[in-house]
Amino acid sequence: MIISVASGKGGTGKTTVSTNLALSIGQGVQLFDCDVEEPNAHLFLHPSIHKIEPVIAPVPKIDLEKCSFCKKCMDICRFGALAVLKKNVLVFENLCHSCGGCFEICPEHAVLEKERSLGDIEHGTVNGISFIDGRLAIGQVMVPPIIKKIRSYTDPNMITLIDAPPGTSCPVIAAMNKADFILLVTEPTPFGLHDLKLAVETVKILGIPCGLVINRVGIGNDAVNQYAKKENIPVLMEIPFDKKIAQIYSRGEMIVDKIPEYKDKFLDLFKKIVALVEKKEGSK
Amino acid sequence: MKIAVTSQGKSLDSQLDPRFGRAAYILVVDTETLEFEAFDNDTNKNAFKGAGIQAAAMISDKDAEVLLTGFCGPNAFETLNAAGVKVVSDQSGRVIDVIQRFKQGGAVYAQSANKDGHW
Repeated sequence: MIISVASGKGGTGKTTVSTNLALSIGQGVQLFDCDVEEPNAHLFLHPSIHKIEPVIAPVPKIDLEKCSFCKKCMDICRFGALAVLKKNVLVFENLCHSCGGCFEICPEHAVLEKERSLGDIEHGTVNGISFIDGRLAIGQVMVPPIIKKIRSYTDPNMITLIDAPPGTSCPVIAAMNKADFILLVTEPTPFGLHDLKLAVETVKILGIPCGLVINRVGIGNDAVNQYAKKENIPVLMEIPFDKKIAQIYSRGEMIVDKIPEYKDKFLDLFKKIVALVEKKEGSK
Repeated sequence: MKIAVTSQGKSLDSQLDPRFGRAAYILVVDTETLEFEAFDNDTNKNAFKGAGIQAAAMISDKDAEVLLTGFCGPNAFETLNAAGVKVVSDQSGRVIDVIQRFKQGGAVYAQSANKDGHW
């Protein structure tokens, strides 16, 4: 089962929820930190890393001896990454999505594949949890291939928890797509609600069941609950705005280690998710 | 000499469009005769990314030697540079006036982009 933890707004507690949930379930869990622009789950879990694997994606390199300057490569590129000039062809690697269109369409076989390193993924373990995170290389902007690489290690016999990036753009879709459940973490503030709505719209398009964790309950207002009720989205857990939790977090510690009763709360959250997924499976 | 001017409309009386890659129109003008061709830049205007690169390749293709515009980003500048098209940026006003000013001479060619790229 794949559970993707997403939010819309950043800083609502995705990592807090995904790491504490992972630790509560323990054995049989894979935790994928897919926020590859700023991975932070390792700061809380301290996994021992046993393998680092590069993520490579091809970019075009033009053989000007063979090129007839026909512009077919430039025309097929949706991202404007190629400029065919009269006697020269420029490649803008940062715009290239490595779709391979230019390699295929070139009638002169003048478009060669050049390797580009987008970043790395790290494999590790902690407390029986299988841990993988990704790191986007400095200067690179292409995030989804790294997330896809992490997710290629999904084990269907395990519980896969994905710590998604914030927002609703391509990296988030890459981290939510084909999940069995999306757990949206929000906070009861106007900002939290605004971005939650965007996230819910995205999840609806993907057609995946979702539920809410409301974090920092006690600040803001009741608008998130009203929205959840109106949209028929179950609120599966509430985490109070509690100084003790903030202190635990700020030290890089785990809530379930420091306040043991939270382990049951996270296991209860997991049970509710499993029930919702089974209900959805059953209705198919 | 043929020059390219970014324009908000299809005539020489139009206002210069300050944007290069996402200009509404790009006029390619013969500076001697003032004969011109107006290119609808709609495809680039709505491009997800790489508008400046594509617009730069287009004006090079139309044999423009100089571009008169407002702002030119780094990727567009690199493409224009590789194509041998010189850039006069920070231009504004009616297209015809900008061309006449250019024809008087003394134009300062840009040595770099005057706008950051965006993602």
